[in-house]
Amino acid sequence: MAIGGGLLVGLVVVGIFLVLVFVVMGMYNALVRRRIDTDNAWSQIDVQLKRRYDLIPNLVETVKGYATHEKGTLEAVIQARNQAVSLSGGQASVAQRAEAEGVLGATLGRLLAISEAYPDLKANANFGKLQEELTSTENRIGFSRQHYNDTVARYEESRQAFPTNLIAGAFNFQKKDYFNTTSAVEREAPKVSFT
Amino acid sequence: MSGPGPRGTNLQSLAAQPQMRERIKAYPGTVTYLDLIAKNKRSSTLLMILMIILAMLMGCVIVAAVVAYGGRSAPEQLIPSAILGGVAGLGAALIAAAWSWYGGASAILSMSGAQPLAREMDLELYNVVEEVAIAGGLPMPKVFLIPESALNAFATGRDPQHAAVAITSGLRMKLTREELQGVIAHEMAHVRHLDIRFSMLMATMVGLIVFAADAFWRILRHTRPGRGSRSKDSSGGAVMIVLLVLAVLLSILAPIVARMIQMAYSREREYLADAGAVELTRNPEGLASALAKLAGDNEPLVEAANRGTAHLYIVNPLRKMREAHQAMNSMMSSHPPINERIARLLALAR
Repeated sequence: MAIGGGLLVGLVVVGIFLVLVFVVMGMYNALVRRRIDTDNAWSQIDVQLKRRYDLIPNLVETVKGYATHEKGTLEAVIQARNQAVSLSGGQASVAQRAEAEGVLGATLGRLLAISEAYPDLKANANFGKLQEELTSTENRIGFSRQHYNDTVARYEESRQAFPTNLIAGAFNFQKKDYFNTTSAVEREAPKVSFT
Repeated sequence: MSGPGPRGTNLQSLAAQPQMRERIKAYPGTVTYLDLIAKNKRSSTLLMILMIILAMLMGCVIVAAVVAYGGRSAPEQLIPSAILGGVAGLGAALIAAAWSWYGGASAILSMSGAQPLAREMDLELYNVVEEVAIAGGLPMPKVFLIPESALNAFATGRDPQHAAVAITSGLRMKLTREELQGVIAHEMAHVRHLDIRFSMLMATMVGLIVFAADAFWRILRHTRPGRGSRSKDSSGGAVMIVLLVLAVLLSILAPIVARMIQMAYSREREYLADAGAVELTRNPEGLASALAKLAGDNEPLVEAANRGTAHLYIVNPLRKMREAHQAMNSMMSSHPPINERIARLLALAR
């Protein structure tokens, strides 16, 4: 009887231990999966930012031929682009990059607003196509950033919520930053009305 | 909650674009899209199992009824034929399930008259689809155009990796970029939620039941009662009558029940896909404005849609049904009233 009881207790202990191991494994894997999601989403932002870098020289070249009086704006766009490109390769923080990309977005917006004043430019077929590509690129950047922030929100939720926070702490799951727009120019951007 | 989401309807929006709604409560309660995916996976598996059981049952009943109707109603004759019918039903269900899984999407696309669209043919449409795919972290679906003037769109496929979205040329022409984004986001929400898988299986199941019931009536019409029938033997006659009644009931009820389940599921899904679209674009007004245009159109998609595929579309493609459900949220309607959908969307915008 005593031996049987001991065996039973032993089995229960082993059983509980095994269940615990599986639970921890599940939580750990969920955390890893969410971290991978944020990494994938982050690389998607880079793809779209690269797309914008590649579009700009073409755009500037097209605008230059028509908008002869806008040298300052064109130079600002090129400078902002180069600044963003130089930060993209290095060890710049998310905040620094977000700042540079924000400036680039704002200067591009100004350039396109200015081009409204040049009917010949607007009539140019190449410019029309570039405009659609740029519109799409801006949307892609916005959406990829939104998606990144969504994945970060999900990751941070499981990183901070009990009981996964214990696993996250034990295995050193690092905090992930949101990709926020910090540029003052952008924050002041007017709200768009649409028809 | 200020500032517009990514839109790009005009040039000015570029300057304002990067400011966006960071979070929006689009889904009801504590639901997330992950819950919807899990639910659809469960429902799809359940549906597959149901489909198989139902097909086996119908096979049993139909074959047994036919045999009994032919005058051989002794149990030793009925049981083997019922088993045979069950096996045949199982076979049919398995083939239908496999066909649906791998070929259902392309069948639905070709049934609707959708044609693959090359990127160069419509850069803006491709861009919009790709933008929405990025917002959801989804792979780029195939893009199809339905050359019809009626206003409609749908998505299909077994998973996001094998998905397709289709839009009628009428709708494509009528929408602004922002509205188009809303419509595509609604379809991509169906893709993301895995509604496309469930709907595809559902279309197959309804098709299978209707086919089987139809087959039963055909067989019955061409089978004569056996000569020198043993139906005077009272127990045999009773078995025969029971089987016949069962088969008739099944073949009348099955399509009705199947349709009602299909429609009930579909209405819930439309609301959730609208919410999912807002989750993707953070812009309820775009889809609301597109739906308002869809509501104004009453041209039915006669060629493209039938009752088996009606539930796939963004608005009901069958005119008769659409008029009915605009008057009331009727039991047999596959879609909720458009006005109610618009109202729910605009409530999110506030």
